[in-house]
Amino acid sequence: MLSDRRPILLANARIVDPSRDLDFPGDVLMADGVIREAKRGISAAGVPAGTEIVDCKGHIVAPGLIDIRAFVGEPGAEYRETLATASQAAAAGGVTTIICQPDTTPAIDDPAIVDFILRRARDTAIVHVQTMAALTKNFEGQEMTEIGLLKAAGAVAFTDGARSVTNAQVMRRTLTYAHDFDALVVHHTEDPDLVGEGVMNEGEFATRLGLHGIPTAAEAIMLERDMRLVALTGCRYHAASITCRQSLEILQRAKENGLPVTASASINHLTLNQIDIGSYRTFFKVTPPLRAEEDRFALVDAVSSGLIDVIMSDHNPQDVETKRLPFAEAAPGAIGLETMLAAGLRLVNNHGVRLTTLLGAMSSKPAELLGLPGGTLRNGAPADVIVIDPDISWVLDPSDLKSKCKNTPFDEARLEGRVVRTIVAGRTAYEYAST
Amino acid sequence: MNIAATSSFVLNRRHLLGIEGLSREEILGLLDLAEEFVELNRQIEKKRTSLRGRTQINLFFESSTRTQSSFELAGKRLGADVMNMAVNSSAMKKGETLIDTAMTLNAMHPDILVVRHHASGAVELLAQKVDGSVINAGDGAHEHPTQALLDALTIRRNKGRIEGLIVAICGDVLHSRVARSNIILLNALGANVRVVGPSTLLPSNVERLGVKVMRDMREGLQDADIVMMLRLQRERMNGSFVPSSQEYFAYFGLDQRKLAYAKKDALVMHPGPMNRGVEIDSSVADGAQSLIREQVEMGVAVRMAVLEALARNLPNA
Repeated sequence: MLSDRRPILLANARIVDPSRDLDFPGDVLMADGVIREAKRGISAAGVPAGTEIVDCKGHIVAPGLIDIRAFVGEPGAEYRETLATASQAAAAGGVTTIICQPDTTPAIDDPAIVDFILRRARDTAIVHVQTMAALTKNFEGQEMTEIGLLKAAGAVAFTDGARSVTNAQVMRRTLTYAHDFDALVVHHTEDPDLVGEGVMNEGEFATRLGLHGIPTAAEAIMLERDMRLVALTGCRYHAASITCRQSLEILQRAKENGLPVTASASINHLTLNQIDIGSYRTFFKVTPPLRAEEDRFALVDAVSSGLIDVIMSDHNPQDVETKRLPFAEAAPGAIGLETMLAAGLRLVNNHGVRLTTLLGAMSSKPAELLGLPGGTLRNGAPADVIVIDPDISWVLDPSDLKSKCKNTPFDEARLEGRVVRTIVAGRTAYEYAST
Repeated sequence: MNIAATSSFVLNRRHLLGIEGLSREEILGLLDLAEEFVELNRQIEKKRTSLRGRTQINLFFESSTRTQSSFELAGKRLGADVMNMAVNSSAMKKGETLIDTAMTLNAMHPDILVVRHHASGAVELLAQKVDGSVINAGDGAHEHPTQALLDALTIRRNKGRIEGLIVAICGDVLHSRVARSNIILLNALGANVRVVGPSTLLPSNVERLGVKVMRDMREGLQDADIVMMLRLQRERMNGSFVPSSQEYFAYFGLDQRKLAYAKKDALVMHPGPMNRGVEIDSSVADGAQSLIREQVEMGVAVRMAVLEALARNLPNA
């Protein structure tokens, strides 16, 4: 297999390596699936025979993105997405590693299913695939899963996906047990009782639309509880999707107190707000709901300051059957693997977020969090690399998307910058052909 | 042949409610006395008369075949009149009802009450209300003193000493009265005690009892002289404390592979009854390093020693 992989030299690039906070002009040489060198002045003469030489024309070269929250329909909902189609969407978006969520049918709560995912991905996916496993059996929030055996089978973290463990005793014991195995617990912090029948952010806009609201407290209360349990157990904990200022304050305090806590925000919550729902547009129905603009601004600041560690796509394909419904009845979720980076560049272009910070939150930080080898351009690291042309201005046409479902909130959005090449393990998995 | 006890050891207290509070001398005195009964129990003629005329009531609020029959046999071999009372604990409420039972029994003038109760401290409460001696046969997750004594006797007979030995107590320490009594006793006799198990099954601040806490069996068993396994109650297995019996066995069950981390001549113990394939593998439970059956034998001798040492101190003894 390795013999058909030609070495690649990405010449004349702007190298951005968030793992070392580097941003400099140079060249990157990859061979045998790893990065050989990333430095200034690797000449074409000094590379192995047969090397494919790519003139990057000053475009950005960065580590491939690692998306820690993608719902893939396989097994059980292949009509929505398969590992194959998700991986094609990922490659087109610069994501070289997808971390699957365990809410599949059957749930990924058994070591044999972890094994199935990893084997299936090896056979069908064009990017790396890792998976989280369920935190409690069948996501019922009652019995913890076989955390030790699941981790041994390859699960990189444990989560009940978009569900919260409401029973504090179960959560405490699970965190206690997970801590023994140095397992990372990823928790969706949304109190289902406070969510109630809510379908969008609680406030004036929900009132005007006549939709039931979800208070930010639904998230903050659950997060606050979890912080107390983390203090009690010492378990490594990751808040799956932070969306509001209140939660950021709790997170800040927890980090200042030295708790082993990290957090993600989705690209949707960082770039969209509740007003985008407009006239009941169900592509903007996500969970937790899109919040007020002031919450979004607070989230963006938190990315800049590093309080929010990771940006994730929250990729959740839904077909027309589940989206073309009255807002309250439509399924929540938006696809995002292909648009995460392009949408994220809005934070750089419009909000002054540093490019290394943005790319770090999508590559080196998740790698560090999950103990994965990518997310860096260091010598010897996996040759998972992307080339970004920051100047391409484009309008998203859903029919161009690789994902099986087209429920993107960036439908016809004007985007600035895009991935033009994605290299996975030293092989080109995607190349943008401008027409 | 009727061997007369040569030890004149007297337990200078009315009750045996726990190992806690016993002096090193008291523990050793009981073990020495028990040694004599081991010999007696191996004779054809096993009877003694030291408890003749005494009434022993085994009051079990929680069912137990092993401990109850061991106490029954011990009392009978010493000549006591033994009565077994199984009390359906679900029909009882704690507090006054327990005291009512105690008062009722007390009116029958038993000399010795052997009590097991599902609530920690219940035996002590009962002891305050009766005139005779009370022996704790296990109260909640608190103490099981005769089990610790029989474990110590088994260890001493096989290793020749207790001081300086590394003893790993493994598994469900949180719910185990056996573990608590053993920790106190083994510490009192100078052993180095470790507890090993998942954090969900370890009581908080257990290290304050003077033990090393380890969460990995390989680390916990490293160089151990004695590996003491605890029973995992099946109802604790699914979900609440550990994920499944399969996972529990994989990480915390004792098999030959894990036992290999202990010393070559390490000995394996278990208070019984065992869950084979959950906390212990059959090849270990029935293997050459296992002392599990010997523990049962020592149980009768230790209970005889406790009964006799307390009886020597009873009024009109």
